[in-house]
Amino acid sequence: MKLMVCPLNGARPVSEFAYGGELRRCPDPDTCSDAQWSDYVFNRSGSPGVKYEWWCHIASGLWFIALRDATKDIVVATYPAEAVRGALRPQVFAS
Amino acid sequence: MFTRHDSLRAGYDVVIIGAGGHGLAAAYYLARDHGISNVAVLEKGYLGGGNTGRNTTIIRSNYLTPDGVKFYDESVRLWQDLATDFDLNLFYSTRGHYTLAHTDSAMRTMRWRAEVNKHFGVRSEAVDAAAVKRAIPMLDMSCAGHAPILGALFHEPGAIARHDAVAWGYGRGADRRGVEIHQRTEVTGIRVRGGRVVGVDTTRGSIATSKVLCAVAGFTPRLLDMVGLRTPIYVHPLQAMVSEPVKSWLDPIIVSGSLHVYVSQSARGELVMGASLDPYELHATRSTLDFAEGLASHMLDMFPFLSEVKVNRQWAGLADMTPDFAPIMGVTPVEGFFLDAGWGTWGFKATPVCGKTMSHTVATGRAHPLIQGFSMDRFAAYRLTGEKGAAAVGH
Repeated sequence: MKLMVCPLNGARPVSEFAYGGELRRCPDPDTCSDAQWSDYVFNRSGSPGVKYEWWCHIASGLWFIALRDATKDIVVATYPAEAVRGALRPQVFAS
Repeated sequence: MFTRHDSLRAGYDVVIIGAGGHGLAAAYYLARDHGISNVAVLEKGYLGGGNTGRNTTIIRSNYLTPDGVKFYDESVRLWQDLATDFDLNLFYSTRGHYTLAHTDSAMRTMRWRAEVNKHFGVRSEAVDAAAVKRAIPMLDMSCAGHAPILGALFHEPGAIARHDAVAWGYGRGADRRGVEIHQRTEVTGIRVRGGRVVGVDTTRGSIATSKVLCAVAGFTPRLLDMVGLRTPIYVHPLQAMVSEPVKSWLDPIIVSGSLHVYVSQSARGELVMGASLDPYELHATRSTLDFAEGLASHMLDMFPFLSEVKVNRQWAGLADMTPDFAPIMGVTPVEGFFLDAGWGTWGFKATPVCGKTMSHTVATGRAHPLIQGFSMDRFAAYRLTGEKGAAAVGH
């Protein structure tokens, strides 16, 4: 993977980007259990696959989402963070 | 060197997944110390072909936490007699190890590590810049002017060894005691019933067993998916490279936390060099020009005279990283499923002590005292081990 398409600036060298980890949905801290919270803080999906990830374009300071094949190192698509706003809303648990 | 087995048997007392240094060491001590030899070691590739064959072979015990120091010191002790145990030359060479400090806060950490080390009888000392210059006269102490060396943590027992030979030695020792090593045998499933292990499915047939030890480094998340376990482990490649052989000039092993590089000179005269983890998750052992350029640049900061020396070869392993730079070892919520993982970029040096402690754990069903700080449930309890400063330069 040599180029990445920044949603704002277009295709840029991958050296201009920083990886921010997998996209995960935060549980609502007020309603989740301790186990759910520590699972969110520490555990990761870990296995190979095509994943949604946070990336930052350092040159412009833009955080965005990339869908990337973590085995072949190929970016399938990139999205502005607004595109996943629904998925990022904290997940509320019934008490 | 190893018995070739035409087929898997219907069942074994213990199945070890992964014929790397850790898996084979566990098999060896199970057979030698616990009388358990009805064991199969399953390897999807070739023996020692994973991280065991891809590391930069540094052995040390200059860690930061009491748990870490005791654990790695036990490993260094075990290393001393291994060649005799195996009747195999491991090219184990005690060279002394310098962790260079380029800032006041780094010097403070070196002093801290030295004092914890000494408290547990490990021969480490914080030394000043003059001592570093005497030991490594050809070092550019200013590091090209932008990262002057203020001192170092000098660790006298620091050593290097031939990584492949360790796997062969443990493997042959286990094989001679009746353990079956099955290469090109990939695990496709682990059968769990009522919360306990009952068997393993492979590309060469199914096995009944009640004990499985998973020691597969960068492939750990895939295996854990088979038993439905989640951990903090994330996998990034760790690259390394080696130069052409040159006349012997570097006795000690050098690490620089600020420059994020480490180097030693092998018995063949090659400079074995490594640096930080690759910056993003990837399940592939590909090499990059970016890595070679970055590492070479920092090597030249320390040793500018190396500019004409050629890089012979570069490669990568898959590092299974954890948030506290300490491994995940011991029992799991699945009864009979034992884990030796999360060894990230610091696992080669621990090969003997992992074999010893995991064989004890598998034989008795309870975690060995030395590994209790590395249990899988420490994250849910926020009891992290905190070895980031001492484990790796990859941060």
